[in-house]
Amino acid sequence: MKIAVCVSHVPDTATKVKIADDGKTINPDGVTYIVNPYDEIAIEEALKTKEKVGGEVVVISLGTDANKETIKKALAMGVDSGILLKDSGFRDSISLAKTLAEEIKVQEAELVFFGRQAVDYDNSITGQLTAEYLGYNCVSVVTDFNLEDSKITAEREIEGGKEVVETILPAVITAQKGLNEPRYASLKGIMVAKRKTIEEKEAASFDNKIEVLQMKKPEGKQPGKIIGSDASAVSELVRLLKEEAKVI
Amino acid sequence: MANKVLVVLEQRDGQLKKVSFEAAKAGSDLAGKLGCQVEGVIVGSEIADINKIGNFGVSNVTHLNNAEFSNYSASGYSQTVSDYAKEINADVLVIGNTSMGKDIAPRVTAKLDAGIVMDITALEVIDNEIVATRPIYAGKALIDVKVNSDIKVFTVRPNVFNPGEPSDKLAEVITKDIDSTQFTDKVVETKQAGGKLDVSEASIIVSGGRGIKDAESFKLVEDLADVLGAAVGASRAVVDAGWREHGEQVGQTGKTVSPNLYVALGISGAIQHLAGMRSSKYIVAVNKDADAPIFQIADYGITGDVFEVVPALIEELKK
Repeated sequence: MKIAVCVSHVPDTATKVKIADDGKTINPDGVTYIVNPYDEIAIEEALKTKEKVGGEVVVISLGTDANKETIKKALAMGVDSGILLKDSGFRDSISLAKTLAEEIKVQEAELVFFGRQAVDYDNSITGQLTAEYLGYNCVSVVTDFNLEDSKITAEREIEGGKEVVETILPAVITAQKGLNEPRYASLKGIMVAKRKTIEEKEAASFDNKIEVLQMKKPEGKQPGKIIGSDASAVSELVRLLKEEAKVI
Repeated sequence: MANKVLVVLEQRDGQLKKVSFEAAKAGSDLAGKLGCQVEGVIVGSEIADINKIGNFGVSNVTHLNNAEFSNYSASGYSQTVSDYAKEINADVLVIGNTSMGKDIAPRVTAKLDAGIVMDITALEVIDNEIVATRPIYAGKALIDVKVNSDIKVFTVRPNVFNPGEPSDKLAEVITKDIDSTQFTDKVVETKQAGGKLDVSEASIIVSGGRGIKDAESFKLVEDLADVLGAAVGASRAVVDAGWREHGEQVGQTGKTVSPNLYVALGISGAIQHLAGMRSSKYIVAVNKDADAPIFQIADYGITGDVFEVVPALIEELKK
């Protein structure tokens, strides 16, 4: 079975966000980029599934040459081949999902893994949208995944619990923390990955439906009062919460 | 200009979710600014007190009913909602940004060939155009966006749109039976983690960090949460250490929250954590280290040992 895994190349979560001169994007100076953390979980699940049912895994990423770092990391973890859909500039989730769906059709992948959200724009919808454009089933925010023949049983995280979903292939699964522990690339994996080629293609173009008007920093929060340094401060704290903040 | 705002209400186990009231208020306020109609829709089987949504500005609700809808189905719910939106010519949809809302909103968007803005914290009409504001990078920045397609879908972050005091107005509810049950996926079992309150929905959160020392001592965090009627949250360090479940993690690789009160116990305040909770209305921090970054955004701080301060705080609250 052909399995695809779609990955994003995103700023490290320790990044301090500075706004670029265009007022609409972040200033990339000094920013370290990483594989989107949830996408590592998606890669791991794709590899585990291949180990169980056979087949091959292809990683797909849309972006600039910089995304090759993220693709290489997936290859070093054990993914068989990589595709870079070359594009620069802003794409909304819909345009991104349509482009990925086109490539997944070309690859004839029956099972597709995504991270549950990219930690830059935090949309959490690219997987579900891609499934719709492909006409595939989809389970999002998955913490447990089982495939028997073409039947999928997956657990997804909901508020205060989990729900168990049954569906069938072809399908898109979006990975949540807890699904697995992503493996580290072995030295052998890194060496083998160097010999794997990354296929580069121009990304298909689709219109954005949203337009960013401006990016801004959240209102700064001012440090408040230090009420005390031991247990004797609790009565004052409770008074403030009741009378000043009125939140309890 | 818009023709009709459709608020997609949410139920779990036949009960309206609190976010539905917030979505109703956001949707009816938006319809007011646009000068258009608003109505509600809800998918489910047996649902209690749907008419209470009238308290928050939506006076007509259609209940799309089928016995199979007692269990959530992403394909079933999203097909039903998008068919209904087409039927009534709705061109603005407002949905709660919950695990169900995040799951169906993109599918409905694709079916309607709409544009979508997720997890919004403000919705304005400027020069006859809807401008939505949403946090990105887990709240380290915000963007203002507009949607250029005819049909627009917005999901509203829980706990942000204040539904205000309920009026005594009740909504008129029409029940419409849906016969098609061609679901391609279905929830077969729901596992509630002991009926716990979730951090994404709670109005008070008590969170613990590495300063709590070990998994057993987290009982202290739970005890304070119990007294306050709060949800329990955790920092990434604590989740990575396996002390707590990932569902409780607050921050950039966990949940972004906006409660009325956030109590941070033994949390130093890594940038990923601060991003996820800085929009809380009030923040209390208890930490031995007076230089911890959490005090930079805390409204009230106690620079003391959590193991001394928290038991005293629990006693004081019980008085």
